[in-house]
Amino acid sequence: MADLTTLFAGKIRCPNPFWLASGPPANCGDQVMRAFDAGWGGAVWKTLGEPIVNVSSRYSSVDWNGQRMMGLNNIELITDRPLNVNLREISEVKKRYPHHAVIASLMVDSKREAWHLIVRQAEEAGADGLELNFGCPHGMSERGMGSAVGQVPEYCKMITEWVKEVAKTPVLVKLTPNVTDLRHVARAAKQGGADGLSAINTINSITGIDLDTFVPRPEVDGKSAHGGYCGPAVKPIALHMVQQVAADPEVALPVSGIGGISGWRDAAEFFLMGCQSVQLCTAPMHYGFRIVEDMIDGLSNWMDEKGFAKIDDFRGRSLPNVTEWKHLNLNYKIIARIHPDKCIGCDLCYIACWDGAHQCIHIEGFKNPEDLVAASRKRITVTDVEKHSGNGTHATPPIRIPKVDEHECVGCNLCWLVCPVENCITMERVDKGVAAQSWEQRTGASKC
Amino acid sequence: MGTVPPLSPEQFAEAFADIHPAFEPQAATVEATRCLFCFDAPCTVACPTHIDVPRFIKKISTRNLRGSAMTILESNILGLSCSRVCPVDVLCEGACVMHGYNKQPIEIGRLQRYAMDYFYSHSPSLPVAKTQALEKIACIGAGPASLACAAELRHRGFAVTIIDKNPLAGGLNTYGIAEYKFRPSDSKKEVDLVRSMGAEFRLGVEADIESLEHEFNAIFLGVGLGSTLRLNVPGETLPDVVDALKFIAAYKTSSLRVGRRVIIIGAGNTAIDAATAAHRLGAEEVHIIYRRGQDEMPAFDYEYELALLDNVEFHWHTQPVRIHGAKSVESIECVRVDKNLAPIPNSNFQIPCEMIIPSIGQTRLVDFLSRCKGVELKNGCVMVNPETGATANPKYFAGGDCVNGGREVVDAVAAGKRAAAGIAKSLEAHHG
Repeated sequence: MADLTTLFAGKIRCPNPFWLASGPPANCGDQVMRAFDAGWGGAVWKTLGEPIVNVSSRYSSVDWNGQRMMGLNNIELITDRPLNVNLREISEVKKRYPHHAVIASLMVDSKREAWHLIVRQAEEAGADGLELNFGCPHGMSERGMGSAVGQVPEYCKMITEWVKEVAKTPVLVKLTPNVTDLRHVARAAKQGGADGLSAINTINSITGIDLDTFVPRPEVDGKSAHGGYCGPAVKPIALHMVQQVAADPEVALPVSGIGGISGWRDAAEFFLMGCQSVQLCTAPMHYGFRIVEDMIDGLSNWMDEKGFAKIDDFRGRSLPNVTEWKHLNLNYKIIARIHPDKCIGCDLCYIACWDGAHQCIHIEGFKNPEDLVAASRKRITVTDVEKHSGNGTHATPPIRIPKVDEHECVGCNLCWLVCPVENCITMERVDKGVAAQSWEQRTGASKC
Repeated sequence: MGTVPPLSPEQFAEAFADIHPAFEPQAATVEATRCLFCFDAPCTVACPTHIDVPRFIKKISTRNLRGSAMTILESNILGLSCSRVCPVDVLCEGACVMHGYNKQPIEIGRLQRYAMDYFYSHSPSLPVAKTQALEKIACIGAGPASLACAAELRHRGFAVTIIDKNPLAGGLNTYGIAEYKFRPSDSKKEVDLVRSMGAEFRLGVEADIESLEHEFNAIFLGVGLGSTLRLNVPGETLPDVVDALKFIAAYKTSSLRVGRRVIIIGAGNTAIDAATAAHRLGAEEVHIIYRRGQDEMPAFDYEYELALLDNVEFHWHTQPVRIHGAKSVESIECVRVDKNLAPIPNSNFQIPCEMIIPSIGQTRLVDFLSRCKGVELKNGCVMVNPETGATANPKYFAGGDCVNGGREVVDAVAAGKRAAAGIAKSLEAHHG
């Protein structure tokens, strides 16, 4: 079994890199302790701050093809429990679970004294680290907090400096994705003395509108407000943003990855992008704390298979594989190959190539998709009463197996992406017999 | 004594409960989203009426249920009955590409029913042409072929009259389908839809060919087949020897006392319907006698399985030789036959019974059809151009069982619709 123990920013120790993100699953001590019992390595406590009042309802989601909660949106604010209760419970948790990480998420008015006070209180309670919530995009931002801070690099730097004036534990700045380039804020956090980053917070969103009442969701008495979007739908956005800060030499801070992680495979990707820990919220909200079991088991099995003893053995391994478009090899050529023995004849690749790509997949005997359909509709079919049901063979008729025009195929991947059968379409390299050349090299050469 | 008491309405409802319960909305959405949305989909090609299956399923997944139903009805006016009675295993679902990688085919039949149930519970209506053509067409027979032909003709603006000797329209959809699949009240919904499109019905009357020829510009023959073929064995005129189709019509539209022990002769889909009905009506023993083996049985596999679930006992390679009984049926005497149907000597045996239901295929309506001058028959079936339904007499078109010798509802619908297009084309040609 691989060693998953984690040391974040050189100071925060925990049995594994899987943390509950600051949110409803880490709302109270009882939840956090149950999560630790289930196997979670750490928890970022639901944001502490001045008392607030929440609305009802608070969440809305995007379902996709019968699957629930592909994306989740919330308009919930920071903790609505008294500060002293939260602090008491943090102490209690740390006493009972000294080897797990408890990080206090913090958000108060942009006043130096207010930040000094909350930092001292959280650390006295026993928090192993602090996460500055500069990311929450709804509600609190209207009051000059959350993403209102995270969107202005100067504010971010200033408050981080205030916190660092008194903080004894590592300080993580949680970044909002609701900016044009979050590297500016990440650099400001670094300049302010931050010890690490958490990325990303939720994305501004309106998930949908009720087509009977015309009120967007979630509805609060006939009105709605934009919320923060998270869940599996946002993972690609989060992964890109993590890559941006992880690869930026001016940032160079440990990152705790957040955004749509729902299993060990997603987590492994964030580690490959350089993260030292990952945080989850939507997945445990959807399925409960028990999901961490497979995260530990799955990651560990994968690491054993790959020969990685610890996460550091592969952390950041994918960062050098992300480059700028201008450095990509223009002479690299792949084409689609359809394997007839696997083809089920759905012809999705055919119509995708015709309507969505480059018209290089064909059905023999037909000039275009319209001719094919017209011929089918003209066919007179009758029920074969002689044939017994369930004849057992379901070989795809050769006419339904599309053919790729390999000279025309540009290797875009679309057919392979739409094909429902694994390994039915493969993208195969064609040796063009020319040396690699990037756009930069090509245009640079032409200038000479 | 020899019969079992009739079922109360509650017992009847329970005994003939729907074998394929309808989808709940969320389950329908989930099933609909499983559809790959194939291009030029094999299910659509396999359907004789070429319903655009992926299109109607996609509409279920977007919860555009009216649009889904209209997609179905555009191709198949009897979308409701077909969703219930089609042998989907050998049609759309049998062609589903999901089979190709070991997945369950999409439940196309149940999804179609889901859309059609929505349609019929939300003031069903269909558009007809705004202009009215002068020509009048008679459809003889009120079964699926004529209903499909009439709907298509109304859609194109022609005046249509449907004529049938039975008091209820719908043909075998009303009188001949196992009650646990489709009820007369469901059949009526489809008939009413065609009626709402402006088709006229003359029910309970024999078609008088000569006067119809005078009254109408074209005649569509959708007369189906006749009664069940005779067994040609002694004793078959005894009162408890009941033609399978009459038996099914009787239990569906009125109450009927079934024998304690029932023998069905034949192993087609109608035989199975009769056997399962007998069992559900309270018969203690139900036997099916078939002169060939299980592999040659014309019934679909799933129909055979239904019969097994109802404890029907099958006697393969067995032929009836005589029905015993003085005033009523007492037993049936059978003989084993070899592969060539030759009786095996000394293999006779008797099964005591109180009711015998022959189900060995239907007669052709040769007498009636021969009155339609110029219409050519082959083996008692009407000869047509399959693309237009045109017969040798340009005034006559035909489709359904009277042409194909007895196939599925969906085949009749497809043929009726093609014939309507053929009729329209031929009448429009007269306009020059």
